[in-house]
Amino acid sequence: MTHPRLTALALRTGPIDGISVSVEAGACLGISGPSGSGKSLLLRAIADLDPHAGTIHLNGNAQTDVAPTEWRRQVTWVAAESAWWADTVGAHFTHRDDPAWTALGFASESANWEISRLSTGEKQRLGLLRALQHAPLVLLLDEPTSALDASNTTRVEALIAAYRARTGAAVIWVSHDPAQLDRVSDTRLALGVGS
Amino acid sequence: MNVIALSPFDIGLAAGLVVSLAGVVWAQRLALAKPLLIAALRAMLQLGLIGLVLQILFSSLHPGLIALVAAFMLAVAGYEVMSRQQRRLAGWWGYAVGAVAMFVSSFSVAILALVVMVQPEPWYAPQYAIPLLGMLLGNTMTGIALGLDRLTQGLWRERAQIEARLALGEAWYEASAGVRHEAVRSALTPIINTMAAAGVVSLPGMMTGQILGGSPPMEAVKYQILILFLIAAGTGFGALGAVHMAARRVFDERQRLRLERLKAKL
Repeated sequence: MTHPRLTALALRTGPIDGISVSVEAGACLGISGPSGSGKSLLLRAIADLDPHAGTIHLNGNAQTDVAPTEWRRQVTWVAAESAWWADTVGAHFTHRDDPAWTALGFASESANWEISRLSTGEKQRLGLLRALQHAPLVLLLDEPTSALDASNTTRVEALIAAYRARTGAAVIWVSHDPAQLDRVSDTRLALGVGS
Repeated sequence: MNVIALSPFDIGLAAGLVVSLAGVVWAQRLALAKPLLIAALRAMLQLGLIGLVLQILFSSLHPGLIALVAAFMLAVAGYEVMSRQQRRLAGWWGYAVGAVAMFVSSFSVAILALVVMVQPEPWYAPQYAIPLLGMLLGNTMTGIALGLDRLTQGLWRERAQIEARLALGEAWYEASAGVRHEAVRSALTPIINTMAAAGVVSLPGMMTGQILGGSPPMEAVKYQILILFLIAAGTGFGALGAVHMAARRVFDERQRLRLERLKAKL
């Protein structure tokens, strides 16, 4: 029997009171909703970064049965604003997927760039590349193009589509832009306040 | 030993200096005269009281009484560590982490020094045990308080980085490594500076006291070196333990950063 890639049953966290979602391998679930509806909290619960109620399964394995480090490497949350801890870009990468770097407009010299000189948009794109380096099975993207211009938004959307097609990874994509969710997702979930 | 006894007149003369300072400060409207006099009065009363306690203790040699005094010193030191943190662990953890780390490090180092190095008869002889423990507790208290304060502030400030690292599959100890190392560094910096400057910039208090009390300088020096090493070891191991325990507590069993387990100072 094959399981969906990711399922969350009766999930409760913050304003979210008992939501169930399911994403097949290679599929993308688009999530929209007003500020405060719990979009980010939903992603954080699925990544097991916040305490929550409900059951979450990856390929049929319960979240509570998987070591937290292993879970987050496979179900990886990408924050809307990426945070960095070392001085240079390269120090945050153990292995670099060069085609992906090129696809988002970076070259191997970019590894030497200082974090303090990066623009918000560069940080956002590099944050996505940083999450991709461990080849997660599920990507949880929180407004992944909020700081990007139109051409870079297109690049990111194309990279994620290619990643899904190549690896069969499932994606949950939070966005304020309905047109973007129409482009990138197969199924949609609209959160309301107090849903 | 040829100790020159101080008369009440000598103390009174020194007190007169403080009172005249308070007068000058008061005349300059510095609002310091009152706290200065209260602090001076507190020092006199507290030291007088501890003198009485020590006198009783030294004459009784009762191990239970010594343990009681030691426990009281630890309890007060634990409270001090807790109250010096801007954000401490909520609940009894806020007290326990510091107190347990100080207990394990200070008491084991003090007992080791008494039983193996100084070897008074009996080993818990209060004349040695109480001052030794006092110096160890006083210094580990400062170190552990600095370390824990730095740790909890760092975890609070660097939440975004730590969670980014957790999200990439790092374990709690990897994600918090930078903050924990900074915390241990700030705990150990005072004793490292003290040892580096000892004898050159400052004559440490204990050695000064022993020399005033009539000990030959080389004997006083040996005791001072011993004490500095014991303080360094006690502070270092105590801070490592306290920082580790506190950091582990801020992450839960699923290695999530739980900042609500910290409570800000009001």
